[in-house]
Amino acid sequence: MEANAEFNRDIRELELQIDRLQELAQARGLDAGGELKALESKLAQLKERTPRPLTAMERVQLARHPQRPFTLDYVERIFTDFTELHGDRAFRDDQSIVGGWARLDGRTVMVVGHQRGRDMKENLLRNFGMPHPEGYRKALRLMHLADKFRHPVITIIDTPGAYPGMGAEERGQAEAIARNLREMAALRVPSISVVIGEGGSGGALALGVTDRILMLENAVYSVITAEGCAAILWKTAEAKEKAAAALKLTAPDLVELGIVDEVILEAGGGAHLDWDGTAENVKHTLTRHLAELAEMDPEDRRRARWTKYESMGSWQEPEEHTT
Amino acid sequence: MAWFRKEKRKLTSAARREVPSDVFEKCPECGEILYRNRLSQNAQVCPACGHHHRMEAEGYVELLIDEGGFTETDRGMKSSDPLGFFDLKPYPQRLAAAERKSGRGDAVITGYGPLEGMPVNLAVMDFSFIGGSMGSVVGEKITRAARRSEREGEPLIVVSASGGARMMEGVLSLMQLAKTSAALARLHEARIPYVSILTDPTTGGVTASYAMLGDVNMAEPGALIGFAGPRVIEQTIKQALPEGFQRSEFLLEHGMVDVIVDRRAMKGRVAAYLRHMLGLPEPAVEKSD
Ligand SMILES: [Zn+2]
Repeated sequence: MEANAEFNRDIRELELQIDRLQELAQARGLDAGGELKALESKLAQLKERTPRPLTAMERVQLARHPQRPFTLDYVERIFTDFTELHGDRAFRDDQSIVGGWARLDGRTVMVVGHQRGRDMKENLLRNFGMPHPEGYRKALRLMHLADKFRHPVITIIDTPGAYPGMGAEERGQAEAIARNLREMAALRVPSISVVIGEGGSGGALALGVTDRILMLENAVYSVITAEGCAAILWKTAEAKEKAAAALKLTAPDLVELGIVDEVILEAGGGAHLDWDGTAENVKHTLTRHLAELAEMDPEDRRRARWTKYESMGSWQEPEEHTT
Repeated sequence: MAWFRKEKRKLTSAARREVPSDVFEKCPECGEILYRNRLSQNAQVCPACGHHHRMEAEGYVELLIDEGGFTETDRGMKSSDPLGFFDLKPYPQRLAAAERKSGRGDAVITGYGPLEGMPVNLAVMDFSFIGGSMGSVVGEKITRAARRSEREGEPLIVVSASGGARMMEGVLSLMQLAKTSAALARLHEARIPYVSILTDPTTGGVTASYAMLGDVNMAEPGALIGFAGPRVIEQTIKQALPEGFQRSEFLLEHGMVDVIVDRRAMKGRVAAYLRHMLGLPEPAVEKSD
């Protein structure tokens, strides 16, 4: 898979070289035929050697890649003046969610995201990016702050899911997620979510009810893990490849289903290989969507958000209407 | 807890062998042999011990709406299998089997009618339809019920019973959590009362959306209510859960539901909450002489 991603990067670089050469030749009226031919045959060779496009399960594995940039890595590269805020004011500070004020091209925004850890020590602190209810309540507190001071909300999604533990249940995991969904729907400020890695079910969605949903090209977003789905429906975790494909959890799938607004390309053959380039792409896309949203009347924007969510799903109307 | 559940299952299967199950049913809680007829007349509550047996969705409509007053909406709405989902069998085949068994298009009944004379919108989930799972149809019907509530200025009541989001519609199912919650956000701002009634079992995505968002959350006694299922938690923490974990009484103790209500008294309790929220007067007490 690693090799696959590198192949893709090489292909993209070659394609760029060819484009540039063509442009140059045209601009200066030169004949670059011979050189072009050489590059093109090299490209063809490379494409032949490159394995098939990534399968859904390979994307799942890429989305979980330990060397991918995490929320704070993006925050550092995209925003300036980040000032973190802590705690839900009720129970504790859940460090599997981070958030605070930051500036996007100088403009204040509230950033909130899941935070995974890079090694065991960090993961113990971050609980592998799996929040407890207090994490979601902290996130909501911050989003309400943003609403109060009329600054946009940007959320970053990267979690295997909400933590399924005893304390989480005792403190109302379901209630915390449900409340976030309802309150995010009601925000009066612009909101954008970016899925950067794994979008694990309700635990991801609890940060994801936004005006725009953006997704990195190798990120996934699913109602259940491929492994969990395989175990339940195929009765064996071995079927995870099939489950991953059936669930339609990749970024292009979700654009097709009308859920994700835009896929953000990963630089240099994958976010894990090029943090800076990928962060740059995220920043550009974010900035563009935020500018569009900022122009809208706040009530129209909220109505558009409601209409968007109301239209999600697919069903057959009954033959005779009773309403 | 694991032991407790296993034992319960044994009792049930033993009961099936011992008594003709079309006429009698053995209460899994107290072991009493019950006439099905008598159980039905008692809203599927064991007359001996008060154990709440699962009740079919129509039973809640009868229980809550004044006699003959219910108008059902969107009965024939069906899933369109948006992903072309195929596991060990095709999803449309699972849907068809569930439809044959239940006589309805998906896992929820919606409609409207009077409750103690107050017009309400009602949605009742059907656990027997693919585990009461929420896909696009459940999401759309709940959303329509909430929107109708908002339009008509009538309270919304949802009776939940669900294993969570429906895997066979992938992330579209997940988005139904957002969709229904957005509809409830509008209802919330319009100050229209919303009563959530949680029955056994209510877990996963339904709990993590509309089931927990009531202006009053009411639970039936002994119902399993949670986000993660008990088995998933046990696998994660690698230990057995204590008895009563994620049951209604546990949720009441932890502040997640307002009240536990005996099914036989449910209608009166819902009406009392609604009258408070709607600013209606206390009903006159009927004198017996
Ligand atoms: Zn009994």
